[in-house]
Amino acid sequence: MGGGGEAHRAQYLPGDPRLPDERPTSKLLAPLRVEGVRGVVVAVVSTIVVIGVFVWLVVRSDNWPAVREFFFSAEEFRDTFPEIAQKFLRNVLYFMVAEPIILALALLIAVMRSLSGPVFFPIRVMAIVYTDFFRGIPTVLVVYILGFGVPQLGLPGVPTDPAFWAVVALVLSYSAYVSEVYRAGIDSVHPSQVAAARSLGLGRWHSLRYVVIPQAVRRVIPPLLNDFVALQKDTALIAFVVAVPEAFKMAQIQKDADFNYTPLLAAALMFLIVTVPLTRTVDWLIARERRKRMAEGSA
Amino acid sequence: MNEPGVDDVAVRIEALHKSFGKLEVLKGVDLTVGEHQVICLIGTSGSGKSTLLRCVNLIEPVDAGRILVHGEEITARGVDVNRIRRSIGIVFQSFNLFPHMTVRRNITLAPRKALKLSAQEAEARAVELLERFGLADKKDEYPDRLSGGQQQRVAIVRALAMQPDIMLLDEVTSALDPELVAEVLNVIKELAAAGMTMLIATHEMGFARDIASRVCFLDAGVILEEGPPEQIFTEPREERTQRFLQSIIEAGRM
Repeated sequence: MGGGGEAHRAQYLPGDPRLPDERPTSKLLAPLRVEGVRGVVVAVVSTIVVIGVFVWLVVRSDNWPAVREFFFSAEEFRDTFPEIAQKFLRNVLYFMVAEPIILALALLIAVMRSLSGPVFFPIRVMAIVYTDFFRGIPTVLVVYILGFGVPQLGLPGVPTDPAFWAVVALVLSYSAYVSEVYRAGIDSVHPSQVAAARSLGLGRWHSLRYVVIPQAVRRVIPPLLNDFVALQKDTALIAFVVAVPEAFKMAQIQKDADFNYTPLLAAALMFLIVTVPLTRTVDWLIARERRKRMAEGSA
Repeated sequence: MNEPGVDDVAVRIEALHKSFGKLEVLKGVDLTVGEHQVICLIGTSGSGKSTLLRCVNLIEPVDAGRILVHGEEITARGVDVNRIRRSIGIVFQSFNLFPHMTVRRNITLAPRKALKLSAQEAEARAVELLERFGLADKKDEYPDRLSGGQQQRVAIVRALAMQPDIMLLDEVTSALDPELVAEVLNVIKELAAAGMTMLIATHEMGFARDIASRVCFLDAGVILEEGPPEQIFTEPREERTQRFLQSIIEAGRM
C-alpha cells in the first residue's frame, strides 16, 4: 500500500473522486467522523438537540420526581457505590479464573471437531454434541442448574460452594461459543498450509500445533476478545445462586434494604466502567486487523 | 538416457489411476525415474502433472496402481506416510511458506520435529543451505517481506533441509514475475548438477530442454510420449505433442 499509492495519486488533481480515500478509515472516534467545520457544528448541535429532547421528555413526565428519587438518588449512590465497587472485584476474580480455562477447553473442543478421517468420528460427534448442547441452553439456566443442583447432591469430595459451580457453568457454556470462534479460525487456514506441513513429513499433530493453530488463533483474536467482554458481563449471573455477594447481588441486597433502585444503576455503572474500554479496544483491534488484511490483499 | 537398470530406479510408477469425484485425472500412468535423473513433465493445464506429483508425495491417495520408491511400495496399506514424505521433497507453485514464521523457522521446523534434530543441528543445516543459495541475509525475515523468487528459493531450501533423496517440483516458476524466474531455475540447475533426482512439472520449455534427462508429455491423464529432450522438442512423434509444442512456440514461450 506504501510506494504504489504515491505514484497513483500523482495522476489525479486534488479533489478528483478517483483519488484514494485519505481519511483515517477506522479510529476510535470513527463514528463521529464528519466533514469539516460545518460538519462538526451540525454534529454538535444535533447531538445537543436529540439529548435535550430526550431529557425533557423524561423530566416532564408526571412520575419523574418519584423516578428520580428511586433510581437516581445521589445520596443513595454515595452510600452504596463504594461497597458495590468493592464487590465487583469478585466479578473480576470469577472472570479471571474462568477465562483461561475457557480458552483452553474451547481450543480442545475446536481441535476435536476439526479432526478428519473415519477414526475420529466419535471424537467429532462428542465435540458437536457438546457445542450444540451448551449453545442451546440459556447460560442463566446452566448457572441455576449447576449452582443449585450439584451442591444439593452432596457428593463426597465434590465442592459444595454454589459460586464454584456457577463458574463451572460459565466455563461450560462459554467454551461452546468460543470453540466455534476457534473453529472458524481453523477453517480459515488454507488447506495448502496443511499440505505443505504434511509434505515435509510433519505428522497430523505437529502440523496442527505449529502451522494451523498459530495462524488460526491470530486471526480470531478480535472475536475472542468480544467473548471476553460478554463473559465479564455474564459473571453477574452468578448472583442468582450465591450467598456471598458479588456486585449485582450486593446491589440487590442494598436495593431491598433501602427500597431504592439506585444501587442497581451503580452496579450497571461499575460494569460499564470495565466493559466499555474493553469493547472500544476490541473494535480498534478488529479495524486494525481489517486494514492489515486489505493491505495484504493489495500487495 | 537409456532405461535404468533395476538397481538404479529411484521411482517406479505403475498403472496409476486417480479421480476426483467423477473426474478421472490420471488414467493409467507408467513412469520410471532413474537415480540422479531429471524428468520433466510437460502438458497443458489439467493434464494431470500436479496430481501425479502430489500422488508421489502421498498428499493425494491413489485409486489404483502402485508407486515404488527405491523398490518399496509406498502406496501399500500400512506404510508410514510421514517416513516416506521425509525422503521426498515437494515444492509448490504458490510456495506455501508458513507466513507466521521467519525464514529460519520455516526451514528448521520439520528437521526439528520430524527428524528430531537438535535446534543447533537444524540451524546449522538451514544456514548452510541459505548461504549456498544466496539467502543468508534473509534468515530472520518473514516470508511476506521477500520477493516471489526469494520465497520460492526459501521453499526449495525448506524441502532440501530434510535431505530428501528425491525432489518433486510442481510448476515452481508459474506464479513468478518473468524477471524472477531465472533465479529459481538456477537453483534447480544447481541441484541437477549435484545429482539430485527430480521430477519436475513445468511450462518452461527452454529450461526443460536444458536440464531434462527425459521429457514426458502428459495428455488427458496418460503419458502420451516420452523421450530425450532433443527428440521431443525437435521431432515429436505424436500429433498432440506437435500441436502442444506448436501452441507454446506461437505464445512465444520457446
